[in-house]
Amino acid sequence: MYRYDEFDAKFVKERVAQFRDQVERRLAGELTEDEFKPLRLMNGLYLQLHAYMLRIAVPYGTLNSRQMRMLAHIARKYDKGYGHFTTRTNMQFHWIKLVDVPDILEDLASVEMHCIQTSGNCIRNVTADHFAGATDEEIEDPRPLCEIIRQWSSLHPEFVFLARKFKIAVGATPHDRAALLWHDMPVEIVKNEAGEVGYRVYAGGGMGRTPYIALLMKDFVKREDILAYLEAVLRVYNQDSRRDNIHKQRIKILVNAIGQEEMQRRVEREFEEIKASGSLQLPQEELDRIRAYFAPPKFETLDDKMPVGSYDFENWKKTNVHKHRAPGYAIATISLKAIGQTPGDISHVQMDALADLMDQFGIDEIRVSHEQNLVLPHARKRDLPAIFARLQKLDLATPNSGLITDIIACPGLDYCDLANARSIPIAKDIAKRFENLDRQHDIGELKIKISGCINACGHHHAGHIGILGVDKKGVEYYQILLGGSGAEDASVGNIMGPGFSAHDIGPAVERVVDTYVKLRQSGERFLDTYRRVGMEPFKNMAYLEQMYAAH
Amino acid sequence: MPLIKDGAFVQDAFVTVADDAALPDGAAIVSLARFQKDREALLARNAPLGIQLKAPENPELLGEDVQRFSVIVLEFPVFRDGRAFSWARMLRERLKFTGEIRGTGHFLYDQIAYMKRVGFDAWNVAEGFRLEQFHRALTEITNVYQPSADGKKTIRELRATPRP
Amino acid sequence: MAATPALQVLTANRLRDGAVVYWQAGVWADEFKDADVFNDKAAADAALAAAMVFVKDRVVVNPYLFAVREEAGQIRAIEQREIIRGAGPSVRRDLGKQAKPSMEAFDVSI
Repeated sequence: MYRYDEFDAKFVKERVAQFRDQVERRLAGELTEDEFKPLRLMNGLYLQLHAYMLRIAVPYGTLNSRQMRMLAHIARKYDKGYGHFTTRTNMQFHWIKLVDVPDILEDLASVEMHCIQTSGNCIRNVTADHFAGATDEEIEDPRPLCEIIRQWSSLHPEFVFLARKFKIAVGATPHDRAALLWHDMPVEIVKNEAGEVGYRVYAGGGMGRTPYIALLMKDFVKREDILAYLEAVLRVYNQDSRRDNIHKQRIKILVNAIGQEEMQRRVEREFEEIKASGSLQLPQEELDRIRAYFAPPKFETLDDKMPVGSYDFENWKKTNVHKHRAPGYAIATISLKAIGQTPGDISHVQMDALADLMDQFGIDEIRVSHEQNLVLPHARKRDLPAIFARLQKLDLATPNSGLITDIIACPGLDYCDLANARSIPIAKDIAKRFENLDRQHDIGELKIKISGCINACGHHHAGHIGILGVDKKGVEYYQILLGGSGAEDASVGNIMGPGFSAHDIGPAVERVVDTYVKLRQSGERFLDTYRRVGMEPFKNMAYLEQMYAAH
Repeated sequence: MPLIKDGAFVQDAFVTVADDAALPDGAAIVSLARFQKDREALLARNAPLGIQLKAPENPELLGEDVQRFSVIVLEFPVFRDGRAFSWARMLRERLKFTGEIRGTGHFLYDQIAYMKRVGFDAWNVAEGFRLEQFHRALTEITNVYQPSADGKKTIRELRATPRP
Repeated sequence: MAATPALQVLTANRLRDGAVVYWQAGVWADEFKDADVFNDKAAADAALAAAMVFVKDRVVVNPYLFAVREEAGQIRAIEQREIIRGAGPSVRRDLGKQAKPSMEAFDVSI
């Protein structure tokens, strides 16, 4: 993974000093809250319901054991012993004091971490496939480009006060695990007919109040031109976006307002000029230099046999172990979705133990997925039973990766100032209802995604079953959406109808799932059945109770 | 309003003229609306001319006239409105404007460094603003990752420079 | 225009640590049970105005009034958001104000 050189280290160090000064100025009254707020947001610091929340960047979801230990340390020293992994693969702490943040940033800097641009109207964390570098499906590892984009976008003077936040993801596989097309600017690594590797760039994806799938901007951008093209898109966005209505200021609004062709034309004009200036040309040597940081570990020549183990281990293997490009190796998903627990939460004990596990089994990196799970990218197959046993002791071995209890949920009204309803209790309730593993396997792939408000941090628009918490006259209600997808077949979920109370949402979801089981044809996932039969059958069953009550 | 240029407080040589006010004899800054209305008269004057653009006003609207201005003032209606960062860069890089680009309105001290990077070289600041704040703003972050209108060497270029 | 609620409480977050606090006769209390309850608009607005001094003095941020009601002799917040702010996350009963021995058990069952 990337290692800071003296320039990166100095950059982060100065950023910490700058924020320390900003905090002092705030506490001394030289800055009002209005003036301070954008500054603290640019360092990932929110004021939430109970305390401040600090969002720590995990660039392209990659951590080493030292960094994992530091997160455990921060959880213990400055928070209440746990943290939360988000749908943008960052780490959030929910019980932070403003006065501690400069020290926390200093601690983070000591392990090459920071909170820069994890909030605010700027370019956010660049995300990628959590199997990057380990899967045999990719054209190449997307993370070197992510790192190049990260550096280019760090305190970019022209783009620090965009109309709204800006999210970039880089994909390199036919099967999309990073919800690529839901991003403001997806970048896909592709090969053209000549066999050259380049980039396909899209723009205008986004969730929130008005969800959109991104539209193609340019089919093939040459390697050396990629930063020039990205800068062109950002410039058009910064210049031409509305600034009069906070709900209409994401790039998706601009692209859909002026149309795909016009957007392409404006971007192309900027692109030609930036290219001509040569200032953002990405030389092959630079790409190679960054690539070298992401060279895979030296894979040993190992027996490719998958070990057999206990009943529990065999169950875990079915869902949580995935094919690795190197014989004798496997990718293992560490579920942070224990039944009845908060999705994505992890304790300091678990974090430290994972760091130890990584060191013991010689796994240099751990990944965070946007589905709020962790991934060991390079596990030796022969070590899997021992790894599993360790995970089991830590309550990190729930065998549900990709199954219905592998739920995405935002923190919701239990923590978040923006929320209208709680999401975590709904996630827990649904998980408990479907706890039976045989039933889960029978249901198969079914992605439930829960958001506590329209900001959609729980990605409900992209859920096979999406759930949106709303406030109906002071009472928490839950709308069901069906048919969303965050994979390469990206689609926006359709709202089923009126919301359900907290008491009724669990049973409603059960009726929806039962409808699928009844109607499915051979080999169909929930999403496939929905796409075949449409909303009607699901809607009829879901509202059955209400219908009976009305009569 | 205090004006900072070349790292010091300077006297504003220009008078900013309201749209319905008479033009002074000397250096004057007018709005885009005023310029579009009285263009001939304004260009015919034998005195430096400046123009103040609102955040939605793209400098390309000035067309060929852009080089006739000694100063172009870019407004920040709120600090959140970052369009002026792109306008300043456009003025320097596409339109090759070499006059003064002045920032006015609601910008934060913490935006000053970004403004300089994209091509601003003068700042209208609040009464009581201390010069040492200005200098500190420019030195908080030493190195930059990306090229901009200021031509400052990027970290990538510094990395390639052989070090002793 | 919405009618002023019958009963109101004044709350804010402490600047230094973000903790939820409640107005209690000119000072900021940690617990909802200690908050002043306003039954007339004038008193509530006066308290809010007085609270602004604490904003200026960098003690709290964003003070605001919210509606409460009386239920079996107890003052309770009406909105779920304020119930949660006063107690802590409903999904971690061991954390936040609800974890203090002085707090009565509160029920946010779902």
